[in-house]
Amino acid sequence: MIAHAVVFYIFSFIAIVSAIMVTASRNTVHSVFFLILDFISISCLFIMIGAEFLGMIMLIVYVGAVAVLFLFVVMMLNVAQQKNEWFVASGSSSHIPVGLLVSLVIFSELLIVIGGWKYKTELQDSININLNLNLTNTQSLGNVIYTDYVHLFQLSGMVLLVAMIGAIVLTFRKRTGVKTQSYLRQISRERDEGVELIDVETKKGVKIDV
Amino acid sequence: MPEFASILFSEVLKILTLLVPVLVSVAMIVWLDRRVWAFVQKRRGPNVVGPFGLLQSLADALKYIFKEIIIPSSSNKVIFILAPIITMTLALISWAVIPFSEDFVLADINVGILYLFAVSSLGVYGIIMGGWASNSKYPFLGAIRSAAQMVSYEVSIGIIIINVLLCVGSLNLSDIVKAQENIWYIIPLFPMFVIFFISALAETNRPPFDLPEAEAELVAGYQTEYSGMMYAMFWLGEYANILLMCALGSILFLGGWLSPIDIFPFNVIPSPIWLIIKILLLFILFALVKAIVPRYRYDQLMRLGWKVFLPFSLTWVVLTAGYLMYFDLLPGN
Repeated sequence: MIAHAVVFYIFSFIAIVSAIMVTASRNTVHSVFFLILDFISISCLFIMIGAEFLGMIMLIVYVGAVAVLFLFVVMMLNVAQQKNEWFVASGSSSHIPVGLLVSLVIFSELLIVIGGWKYKTELQDSININLNLNLTNTQSLGNVIYTDYVHLFQLSGMVLLVAMIGAIVLTFRKRTGVKTQSYLRQISRERDEGVELIDVETKKGVKIDV
Repeated sequence: MPEFASILFSEVLKILTLLVPVLVSVAMIVWLDRRVWAFVQKRRGPNVVGPFGLLQSLADALKYIFKEIIIPSSSNKVIFILAPIITMTLALISWAVIPFSEDFVLADINVGILYLFAVSSLGVYGIIMGGWASNSKYPFLGAIRSAAQMVSYEVSIGIIIINVLLCVGSLNLSDIVKAQENIWYIIPLFPMFVIFFISALAETNRPPFDLPEAEAELVAGYQTEYSGMMYAMFWLGEYANILLMCALGSILFLGGWLSPIDIFPFNVIPSPIWLIIKILLLFILFALVKAIVPRYRYDQLMRLGWKVFLPFSLTWVVLTAGYLMYFDLLPGN
C-alpha cells in the first residue's frame, strides 16, 4: 500500500509540475512537450485507480493525436515571438483582460465542481447502473455506453462529425490550375486514344497540341 | 525488505531475458534485411564479418559507438538528445505485453492491444522532436511528413484491430491468440491482413513509404543532423518497431504462438519458436517489399491511407459485425 501511495505522489507531482511548466515556460514548443508529459502522467494516474481503458484511450487520443496537432501548429507559426509581443506591449494589448476573465470563469467552475463533491453519494444513488465487478472495465464501460446511453453516445459522435465536416468546409477552397491525377482515366486509357501515328511531311513538320 | 528486493531482482531478470534477445535479434534483423535486399538485386550483401557476415551489425554498432556525437550549435540541445532516447525506449517498452507462449509474457494486461497501439502512436514524438530540435530545414520537412504519415496510417491500423477484436471479444493479447485455436484470422480476414501489412509498412516508415527519409529529396529526413551513437539509436528503434509490427501481425492474424496444425512433429516445437518463425516470415516479406517496390509519391501515400484503406476497412468492420451478429457467433454469448 505504501508503494502505491509513493507512486501516486510521484505521478501527481509530475502532473502538477508539468502543468505549471506549460504556462511558465518561455518556449512554446516546450510548453506543448510539458502538456504531453502532463497527459501521460494523468493517464498513469487513471491506470493506477484501475481505469486502464480510460488511461490508454487518454494516451491514444490526447497524446497520439491531439497533441501532435498542437505541435504541428506551434512549430509552424512563430508563436514564441507573438507571445512575447503580447506581454511586452501590455498597455495596448487586450489579451490579458480576456485571459483573466477566462481563468476567472474556469476557477469558478472548479469551485462548483469541488462543491458538488458533498453531494457525491446522492448523485451516485440517482444513477441506477448495475455494475458487475467481475467484468473488466472495458466490458463494463461498453455495457453502459452501448445500452443505457446509446443515444447520447451517438449524439456526441454526430457532434464530432459535424465539427470535422465544418473544419473541412471552412478550409476547403477550389483552386484553379492544379493538376490532379485520375487513376480511373489513367487505367481506362486505350491504345487508340493514347498513341497516334502521323506521317510527317518533309520541311513542314507537324503541330502537336500539348 | 529482502522480499521486496527479491521481487525486484526477479522482475529485472525477467525484463533482461526479454530485452537482450530482442536487442540481439534487432541487430540480426538488420543483417537479414540487407542480405535479402542484396539477393533480390543479385548481389551478395554483407558476407565478410563473421560466418555469412552475421557479425556485420555488431561491427557497425562498434563503429557507431566510437564515432563522435556532433550536436549542432543552433539546435535545441535537450530535445535533440531526448529524441533518439524516446524512440528507442518506446520501441523497447512495447515488448512487455507480447505473449511468447501461454505463460511467457512479461505483463499480461487486460488492455494489451490498446497499450501497443498507444505506445506506437507515441512513436511519432521521437521523430517530431528530432526533426524540430535539429533546427534545419531537411529534418523539419522529414519530421512533418513522417508525423502526418504515421497519424494517417494509425487510423487504418486501429480499424483493422477493431475487426479482429470483434471476433475475439477481448483486448488481451493472450486471449486474441487463444481465440485463433480453431482458425487463424488470416483466413476469414485476409483483406484486413493485406491492409494491415501495408499500413505497418507505412507506420514504420519502411519503403515504399519511406518518404520521411527520402534521400533524393531530404538528405536523410529527420536523422540528417544525427551522428554516432544517437543515429544508431534511431536506427535500432526503427528496426525494433518493425519487429514489433511483425509480432503484432503474427499475433493478430497468424495465431501467435500456436502451431499451424496440432499433430505430432509440429506440436512438440515449443511455442516461442513458432512466434519467432512467424515474425521472421513477416519480416522477410517486409524486406522483399523494400527491394521490389518503388517509392510512393507523397500525395499517393495520403490518398491510399485516407481514401482507400479507411473506407475499405470501415466497410469490413460493418461486414464482420453483421456476419457475427447474423450467425450468432459473437464472442461472450
